[in-house]
Amino acid sequence: MPVITIDGVAYEVQQGQNLLESCLSLGLDLPYFCWHPAMGSIGACRQCALVQYQNAEDTRGRIVMGCMTPVTDGAIFSLAGDKARHFREAIVESLMLNHPHDCPVCAEGGECHLQDMTVMVGHRDRHYRGRKNTHRNQYLGPLINHEMNRCITCYRCTRYYRDYAGGTDLAAMAAHDHIYFGRHQEGVLQSEFAGNLVEVCPTGVFTDKTLVHDYTRKWDLQSAPSVCVGCGVGCNTLPGERYGRLKRVHNRFNADVNGYFLCDRGRFGAGFVNSENALSYPGLREADGRYRALDHHDALHRMAESCARGKLAGIGSPRTSVEANFLLRELVGSQNYAPGFSDAEQLLVNLALELQQQSPAVIPDISTIESADAVLVLGEDVTNTAPRIALALRQSVRNKAYELAADLKLETWQDAAIRNLAQDQRSPLFIAAVADTPLDEVALQRLSLAPDAIAALGRAVADSIRGNTPATLAAPLDTLARDIAAALGAAKRPLVISGTGCASAPVMCAAQAVANALVDSGKQAMLCLCVPEANSLGQAMLAGPQAPDLEQLGKRAASGELDTLVVLENDLYRRGSRARINALLEAFSQVIVLDGLDNDTTSAATLALPAASFAESEGTLVSLEGRAQRYFPVFQPRDERRPSWVWLLACMKELEQPQAHALHHFDDITRACAAQVPALAGITAAAPDLHYLNLGVKIPRQPPRYSGRTAMRANISVHEPKQREDEETALAFTMEGLNRNQPAALLPWVWSPGWNSNQSVQKFQTHPGGPLKGGTAGVRLLHPGAQHSNGPTQGQQPGPLNDADDSQNPQDGRWQLVPRQRIFGSDELSALSPAIAELAGPGYIEINAVDAAALGVTPGAGVHVGDGLATLEVRVNDTVAAGCAGFSIGLAGTDNLIPLAVVTLSRAEGWRPRPQIIARDRGTGPGGTHV
Amino acid sequence: MSLDLPLTRNVRPDRAPTGFDAYEANGGYRGLRAAIGMSPADCLQIVKDSNLRGRGGAGFPTGMKWSFVPMDNPGGGHKYLICNADEMEPGTFKDRLLLECDPHQLIEGMICAAYTIQADVAYIFIRAEYHKAARLLREAIAVCYDKGYLGRDILGSGYTLDMQVHSSAGRYICGEETALISSLEGKRANPRAKPPFPQVSGLWGRPTIVNNVETLCNIHHIIERGADWFQALGLTEDAGTKLYGVSGRVKNPGCWELPMGTPIREIIEKHAGGMADGYQLRGFLPGGGSTDFLTPDHLDLAMDYGTIGKAGSRMGTGTMIILDDKTCPVGFVKNLMEFFARESCGFCTPCRDGLPWSAQVLDDIESGRGQAEDMDTLARQVEFIGAIGNTHCALAPGAMEPLQSALKYFREDFERHISGSACPWCDGGAH
Repeated sequence: MPVITIDGVAYEVQQGQNLLESCLSLGLDLPYFCWHPAMGSIGACRQCALVQYQNAEDTRGRIVMGCMTPVTDGAIFSLAGDKARHFREAIVESLMLNHPHDCPVCAEGGECHLQDMTVMVGHRDRHYRGRKNTHRNQYLGPLINHEMNRCITCYRCTRYYRDYAGGTDLAAMAAHDHIYFGRHQEGVLQSEFAGNLVEVCPTGVFTDKTLVHDYTRKWDLQSAPSVCVGCGVGCNTLPGERYGRLKRVHNRFNADVNGYFLCDRGRFGAGFVNSENALSYPGLREADGRYRALDHHDALHRMAESCARGKLAGIGSPRTSVEANFLLRELVGSQNYAPGFSDAEQLLVNLALELQQQSPAVIPDISTIESADAVLVLGEDVTNTAPRIALALRQSVRNKAYELAADLKLETWQDAAIRNLAQDQRSPLFIAAVADTPLDEVALQRLSLAPDAIAALGRAVADSIRGNTPATLAAPLDTLARDIAAALGAAKRPLVISGTGCASAPVMCAAQAVANALVDSGKQAMLCLCVPEANSLGQAMLAGPQAPDLEQLGKRAASGELDTLVVLENDLYRRGSRARINALLEAFSQVIVLDGLDNDTTSAATLALPAASFAESEGTLVSLEGRAQRYFPVFQPRDERRPSWVWLLACMKELEQPQAHALHHFDDITRACAAQVPALAGITAAAPDLHYLNLGVKIPRQPPRYSGRTAMRANISVHEPKQREDEETALAFTMEGLNRNQPAALLPWVWSPGWNSNQSVQKFQTHPGGPLKGGTAGVRLLHPGAQHSNGPTQGQQPGPLNDADDSQNPQDGRWQLVPRQRIFGSDELSALSPAIAELAGPGYIEINAVDAAALGVTPGAGVHVGDGLATLEVRVNDTVAAGCAGFSIGLAGTDNLIPLAVVTLSRAEGWRPRPQIIARDRGTGPGGTHV
Repeated sequence: MSLDLPLTRNVRPDRAPTGFDAYEANGGYRGLRAAIGMSPADCLQIVKDSNLRGRGGAGFPTGMKWSFVPMDNPGGGHKYLICNADEMEPGTFKDRLLLECDPHQLIEGMICAAYTIQADVAYIFIRAEYHKAARLLREAIAVCYDKGYLGRDILGSGYTLDMQVHSSAGRYICGEETALISSLEGKRANPRAKPPFPQVSGLWGRPTIVNNVETLCNIHHIIERGADWFQALGLTEDAGTKLYGVSGRVKNPGCWELPMGTPIREIIEKHAGGMADGYQLRGFLPGGGSTDFLTPDHLDLAMDYGTIGKAGSRMGTGTMIILDDKTCPVGFVKNLMEFFARESCGFCTPCRDGLPWSAQVLDDIESGRGQAEDMDTLARQVEFIGAIGNTHCALAPGAMEPLQSALKYFREDFERHISGSACPWCDGGAH
């Protein structure tokens, strides 16, 4: 490792780093703006200046940029000397020439990297007497606020948005000190990852509009380590609360899961926690059909009474914790417990688990996905089902660029140089899907196929890798299969991605077959199977393949074998057609529903219990890579809301169920679950338990500058209540305690003296961009290849049956319904957040132009689907595979549509689109309005 | 026309363009035939031996620049030669003369240069305002394709070269070779950090050489007549001839090809006819708007790279701008500073924000609003912006050169503005 000298002190530094990274790794405070650990260096802001000396005799030295200077053995630098300090101060003074001094009203205030760096360089006195440049701001959609006057022109936004995330509608415009970062015209930012601008921007140009509307300073936010419930990826988040409202969600760094970035569903999709439709009190349905509010004692008593009397069944939920589901299963008995998927999805998720368990392929995390040098995506629209993985795939295609860079001996952080060198040369990415996907633009080849044809293509690729003659495929698919096999075979780290997104078991089996073939040919192949919800995989692990599904529970209830149903955090109307769910619920005489929001299922309950959201409770979720991760309550639930596990455990105790005797705390449930369910044995290691103390005290949820604790309830009472004790976790609802050196799973906020912005995360990392000093949060439960036998390829076996097996060659006015997942709208909870709802819109059907012509419909017309299943707007999309009709799964009006079902479509005469939600805050004139 | 002035031998007194026939009749395209009769390595050796230095302003040895281009090309991808005809340096109009009067000379030079580095595509990146030159070049290129001097298998040599003209949208920064490349790729005209140098990763990530018009116009002469001939053209260490220009209040402003190292006094007094009646010489920028002032004390220096460098300035483009005694030096510098501030690409902080600030302070001083502390501010700005390495490219350090030398040579003029709260020249009505 090279040894460099800084201000006369010799340091050993990491080979391959730049000088800025080395300084930060050493704990030296060197200010910077344009450099970002995930995006490398471009040398624009000139802030991270040091003086480099040629040799020991050189007394003058020259200014160099830390971020652009490789560390070489024997190099001599000055960081603290006058020349370097004066230069860095001059940079900040220059950046501040046009910066408005609006810090008191700026949403970035208190977590502003520009504020931090200004203080760090010691700039105080302003010498500039000229006028400031000003800009008009733009309406950028419901998620992000734009205030260009604050811009310091570091180029981070466009580098992130365009270069890193692949967006095209944000750019640097104009020149000299008139540079403007915005869209060519006002409008909603189109990238699914636009929200990261909020954290990437070092000052207040791009701020979280949902926060701006309901503002609190960072230092006044109480927060706790959490896990996103928006999809199966399990991104680590830091939700912040004040006055009982969830104010915002920030990224929580996890090198293996989400790095520095979230998708917009995750960042802006937690608004449902504050919903006006949140249940606050238990409700008992009276004879007249109206609900009577109960207190929690009364409600618990009623619940226990019902449970004691009845023949119990339970429906769990893939969107809530392992622990709550485990307790429900204990309460009702495993033979009476359905995991809460739709019947088709239950088979698919079980299959996803089984395929991963049985494959010797590596199950990748985000960082290994980024290392893939050839990728095959089968059937999955990753951007819309597991968005953070799509962002990682956009990085994986850059491995070709890194290969070229290595030939020229360019370090990986030389971002601009590497992009200029590689231009549009990318590592191969192949996508076969039912229609276009956002990743197509970086794919070497993409094509649209019906699900069964995708599976056939996958099997042919696997055969080709194995050197077998592939099953007959029509040209040009046969050539394509060979090309894909060749590209994957030529790669060092090939990756195959599929999942439940197109609802096809054969597609997932084919993906596994490709991965297995690659492993058998000696490759370090990876297999990633996407599943839809935050705990889908955990539910498959808990319930197992033998668990009953909704249909079976319904039949048994209809036969009188079961009569009392407990539904855990699950709107069943999203799990089957309305008629089927109505029949299911009607088969039970009593329906007890635990959920946080009013929905059709709670409305059908005889007893509804208000369940705390993820932000008010603790639990373990198992992500699609089989990583068990713990989330913690950010704040105490209000009124009579309780975490589901609290309701369920109290009920079991009331019933004096023996298995509840030893359960006193949340941790006991985790341990009991781990002991009873072999697949979940590892979950206790997801985070430290209740007894963890950091130097004798719990970890504080509130940062040191948390203010107004004595005053924030003064309008109610001037007597400050005692801080509530957290009796269930290692975190405390206080600012006393140390947020330092604890395991990463317990990191509730990032802050370090002098580093008030999210850039302070580097103080918690082993080196900038590296893993947290407290390790990587979460524990992997899946160990690839553990159950691998060298038997026949899985992909050759027929997949489990599903509703669509009679779907071959739809014709004569019949189409196969293929799900078109939408990042905004397909997920249940995030779609209930106002900002996301504004982007979701009503449901629609997508068909290609030939089919549209045959149907006699034009874009915007309506079609009837099946015999009264739905009537939806038609969109014409020529990339939809022939014979397929895409439907925006999860969006309004699509609830009766079953993936892969074969249906008729017919023109809906006189149909008119439903009125659209109009943006709350869209400006009327140029420049729009802003807060 | 004497062969001792090779670059302008086809420049007619009426400045009408020399067409293909006249060009070839006067010995044109002999250099091309000579070049393709040799190996590229031999051509490179001649150019190296000639000691030709880049005429765009930096004076980097051309042969050495070319020698960094990888000559083994295993992937078989493109290599590029780009002619930098984005002549926007204030006070500079030398390339225009070559472009408008003798387009075939540039094309011949470019073919020889491209052959030497085995480039297969050549671009002429030309300043937007030079539309006449762009038209002449396009016509000349078309003729060359017809004659077999461009395109596939040039003159049966097996060597293939395509050439096209690209008109710039008009930014000074496009004259910076890496910004030019960015612009040619359709991106923002931002310069690029080096390394990697364009010779290995330039246009579209491929090996690329960018040379100035005047540099390229020398190549076929050198290849045809040899390195010794070229060396002998210069009066001093630096070889060849040079297009020198003078603008400002002289009797005969213009542009002349003279032996490299011609004394400044000879250029100003003989060729430019001396100062206009009633005007005294106070100073001059020797090589365009981004070079340090020199004063009448420097008139007897030889105009070459080394000599001017030692005197504390740069020869730059070799085209001088004269400061006379009836022009306010503060206003003169302010005018330049406003140009450079406006032409900053906006990429790096010192240039983007520092130049407008400097321009604003100069405007305050010139308008009588200057304050004593402004002299410190300007000195700090010179120190902050003026060094290569402090900024992303050479634009801002170049922009500070007139200011830093004005503060040295004309300091009392600045102070008179501040103490008198007015511009002595404006109030004196001397403009």
